Amino acid sequence: MNILVVDDERDIQMLFEQRFRKEIRAKVLKFEFAFSGEDALNRIEKYTHEAVLILSDINMPGMSGLELLGKIKQKAHKPPPVVMMITAYGDEENFKQAMELGADDFLTKPVDFAILKEKIKTLEV
Amino acid sequence: MHLSLGPLIFTLLLTQRLFRFSKINNHPQWERLFRYARYFAIFLFVTEILIAASNSTRWVWHIILISLILFAFQQKEMRSLRMFLMAFIPYVLVAFFSDLIQLILSSFYSRWENYFETAVMLSVIWLVAILFSHYRQSKAAEKERIKRQHEDEINRAIAIRKVELEGLVDERTAEITKQKEELEKALEELKATQGQLIQSEKMASLGELTAGIAHEIQNPLNFVNNFSEINKELLEEMSEEIEKGNLDEVKLIAKDVIENEQKINHHGKRADSIVKGMLQHSRSTSGIKEPTDINALADEYLRLAYHGMRAKDKTFNVTMKTDFDESIGKINVIPQDIGRVILNLITNAFYAVQVETQNYASPQQAPRKQPDYNPTVIVSTKNTGTHVKISVDDNGNGIPQAAIDKIFQPFFTTKPSGQGTGLGLSMSYEIVTKAHGGELKVDNKPGEGVRFTIILPI
Repeated sequence: MNILVVDDERDIQMLFEQRFRKEIRAKVLKFEFAFSGEDALNRIEKYTHEAVLILSDINMPGMSGLELLGKIKQKAHKPPPVVMMITAYGDEENFKQAMELGADDFLTKPVDFAILKEKIKTLEV
Repeated sequence: MHLSLGPLIFTLLLTQRLFRFSKINNHPQWERLFRYARYFAIFLFVTEILIAASNSTRWVWHIILISLILFAFQQKEMRSLRMFLMAFIPYVLVAFFSDLIQLILSSFYSRWENYFETAVMLSVIWLVAILFSHYRQSKAAEKERIKRQHEDEINRAIAIRKVELEGLVDERTAEITKQKEELEKALEELKATQGQLIQSEKMASLGELTAGIAHEIQNPLNFVNNFSEINKELLEEMSEEIEKGNLDEVKLIAKDVIENEQKINHHGKRADSIVKGMLQHSRSTSGIKEPTDINALADEYLRLAYHGMRAKDKTFNVTMKTDFDESIGKINVIPQDIGRVILNLITNAFYAVQVETQNYASPQQAPRKQPDYNPTVIVSTKNTGTHVKISVDDNGNGIPQAAIDKIFQPFFTTKPSGQGTGLGLSMSYEIVTKAHGGELKVDNKPGEGVRFTIILPI
């Protein structure tokens, strides 16, 4: 499964690579990283025929995660990407706004990777 | 017939003067006595004319004059008239003795008659001269008395006015004292309110930061938690690999553990500095200058302010640029105060570009900028050798020209009601100029944006 992680914190790459090292080694999951909304949008264009999970931070300079979400959902992808929002702002307004824009799930930082792994497993099935 | 015209005139003069004295000094009995004496003198003179008896009446004239003079001399209250009375004595004595000698020694009198008449004449001249002198003195005295009376009246009026004025002064003093007390009370209340407002301003700016702080702490916490959990897993794996004797794998895991440890340390310190910054911001100023990395301070507050704005307004977007002069190093400032000033300037700049963006987006309002408006805030520092300049630029709509002179005044704000305390820039001005001996300059370009520059001496 292709997973695109979008976050302006560059250490997120090292964290995901370590957390999912077994899955990466086993080639069950394939990760890509984008460090801005604009960069993410360009990369998504590539996944026109592959299932993809997008894990996006909300608060980023420039294009925010919510703007990115809106743009992804506007475009006709086949199959449509699953978008999971990850944010440090765990407030209800953010959650509501993300859901209205079509987010499939919502996680707050610090991320509980055990839960995230469970959610990814569900998607793989 | 020899008429006693002289004695009549002198009697009238004498009684008139004594009568007036009695009247002024409030002696009604004397007044009556002298009035009767005058009437009697007139009666005597008329009688003298009617019965032609001047030889016998002349003794009555002598008695009248001598009696009046003796009476007046006996009265202590009439001491002031003695000079006047003395004028009559030569005439009364000469006339009396002249008539007495004429009666007793008529041949002697006849022989020396001319001398007696000369003596009478001289006594009359003496009398006229003294009376004239007395009249002048009396006139001068009267003048003096009137003057004194006038002065007394003025003094009395002054005294009355003085009393009135003193009353008025007391009244006004009481009023002023009351007003002073009221003003002092108002000043105390104002000071207390000012203290509360300063604290409110701090808390308001802290509120601006809260969301930013939450975001900034959650991010490093995410790394600290997860990297430490990964390390736990890695160490378990390492233990297994050691048992298997797979040293190459052990070395690879150890390398990852060390790298993760470095990340934990880095993000732990990041969270620590954010918490310290927040505490410094909310705490009362220490007032102590300490070596401070101005670039780091400006960068930290730029990020916090940005996240604060984003937390309040999800649509808020801005291009943030920094241009830090690395040669500045650390300079002596009160970090929480200068941090507060930088934060205030940045949040104002964010507000300006946010308003401009909303104006552009709103269909009701005509856009002031081009459709490709890119909200931008630039924070830069510069070392001039003697000073450090910290500038915050925005490309909002600038400050209205009418408001530019008032922006550093307390409670002045261009923000809508409830969105600004109006204390941010005035407090910033106080901090920069008074506490740091620096300058806070504004370069306003209406319609194009504003640059605020903090200039601090090194």
